[in-house]
Amino acid sequence: MNRILPALTVVAIILAFWTLAVIPMNAHITADQAQRSGLEITPEEPAARQDISGLALALRNPQIIPLTYTQTRPRLPSPHQVAVELWETTVKKKVTSKRSLVYHGWVTLSATLLGFAIGTGLGILLAIGIVYNRTMDKSVMPWAITSQTIPILALAPMVIVMLGSIGIQGLLPKAIISAYLSFFPVVVGMVKGLRSPDAMQLDLLRTYSANKNQGFWKLRLPSSIPYLFASLKIGISASLVGAIVGELPTGARAGFGARMLVGDQYGQPLVTWAALFAAAITAAALVAILSLIERQTLRSMGMKTA
Amino acid sequence: MTDTVIRAQHLDLTFETNDGPVHALKDVSLDIQKGDFVSFIGPSGCGKTTFLRCIAGLEQPTDGKISVNGMTPDEARRARAYGYVFQAAGLYPWRTIGRNVKLPLEIMGFSRAEQNERMNRVLELVDLAGFEKKFPWQLSGGMQQRASIARALAFDADILLMDEPFGALDEIVRDHLNEQLLSLWARTEKTIGFVTHSIPEAVYLSTKIVVMSPRPGRISDVIESPLPKERPLDIRDTPEFIEIAHRVRDGLRAGHGNEV
Repeated sequence: MNRILPALTVVAIILAFWTLAVIPMNAHITADQAQRSGLEITPEEPAARQDISGLALALRNPQIIPLTYTQTRPRLPSPHQVAVELWETTVKKKVTSKRSLVYHGWVTLSATLLGFAIGTGLGILLAIGIVYNRTMDKSVMPWAITSQTIPILALAPMVIVMLGSIGIQGLLPKAIISAYLSFFPVVVGMVKGLRSPDAMQLDLLRTYSANKNQGFWKLRLPSSIPYLFASLKIGISASLVGAIVGELPTGARAGFGARMLVGDQYGQPLVTWAALFAAAITAAALVAILSLIERQTLRSMGMKTA
Repeated sequence: MTDTVIRAQHLDLTFETNDGPVHALKDVSLDIQKGDFVSFIGPSGCGKTTFLRCIAGLEQPTDGKISVNGMTPDEARRARAYGYVFQAAGLYPWRTIGRNVKLPLEIMGFSRAEQNERMNRVLELVDLAGFEKKFPWQLSGGMQQRASIARALAFDADILLMDEPFGALDEIVRDHLNEQLLSLWARTEKTIGFVTHSIPEAVYLSTKIVVMSPRPGRISDVIESPLPKERPLDIRDTPEFIEIAHRVRDGLRAGHGNEV
């Protein structure tokens, strides 16, 4: 409970700021519309209105303030508009509908999960290689770091187009971009985790004449589990971002990324915002699920959880 | 009782560090007989831990010879000649006490039944029977260190090497564990090598006290204790005990030369 209250406070502050920001952001289009439907607006000239700020315009025409919250194509939708749009496109639409965010969410989520699995597997294997092999330690890590400095927005279209030209389409290209973003935190965390046993613990195994295999399964791997979970939580949200970015450049017809693009191109900000929030909620849910698994795992390993 | 189990002859060990070579051991020669309780005492940097690690094959001497049961330290380790107890208990937090004790047994390939049988026996030996299902964090520091001693005893090594095992514990717990260690030693007739920097601890426990001095690490005195094998805690108030403690202190002071 003492963790929920601070979090809710932050949410409340953001919502309040957002709600206030709607007025000046939408003042101009609301004023234009109100004038067309016969309301008196000062200044009367639309051109003159462009020279004053949204806030000043709203203050001089307080009668338009309620209307700023109900625009169909607002510059900034109000929180309740986004909430209504979310509700209507998730709960009230059939999941098979092309306008259902559940449908689009599943398209993105499946690519996310596949990419996360590939990225995690690859990350763990690379980490084991780096820890046990001097050559890999020297060669792989710099490239892993370099890979993350390339903007994914530049890389994603190339990956999709290249794979498309050899006939690979749909889920896999997006999953590869997801994997590209999620393997890195796993490598970093697992290298640190596998190296976390101290000299004394390694010496202890030496006094038993333990071999490398036993050292890995009995000491290094269990020691790395807390580090692994920290990495997985970063990795899964990176995976989701990767899948969305993979949907943007090629005009994908389904997925959160596709919805964001559609809303943008057809002037339907509510669609974009609803997709944005649905993606954020999905990411939060994925991280929460991982946190639960983490707690269960660490508890069953007898470790006190922080 | 005069079989020599550990024999070091003219051991030299130099570490190459960034600040130049460090002479950790210089011309160290020592015989340890079966059933001895040998303490190594000296200020930090005198090479007492390094010497213990040489016996265990965890460090390689640069010169000289060392044999354990007539073998090299590496061979002796593979023959399970010794158990090693470190300064910290170093129990795996994700294993229960019982499974921590079984760790060496799993690695050495004992059968499931034998693992359980041995675990119960050694936990009994260190007074931890009934704690096998507890996790390390549920135990006090002294109990954890006892569990780590049980772990070192589990595979029946004849030699127990202990590197300041009670250094991090408070004095009351330490006294108690010293008493227990002596009774354990009497019952199991093991040969024990024990590193410490506490004079009373060394005198109370040992049949042989090796006083070492630093830069370079060397042996400055070897004292055969005339104290009887049966040692209640209040033996520390007897004139004999105080006399030995004096001699150890003198040895430590002489080793330090003018540096103090």
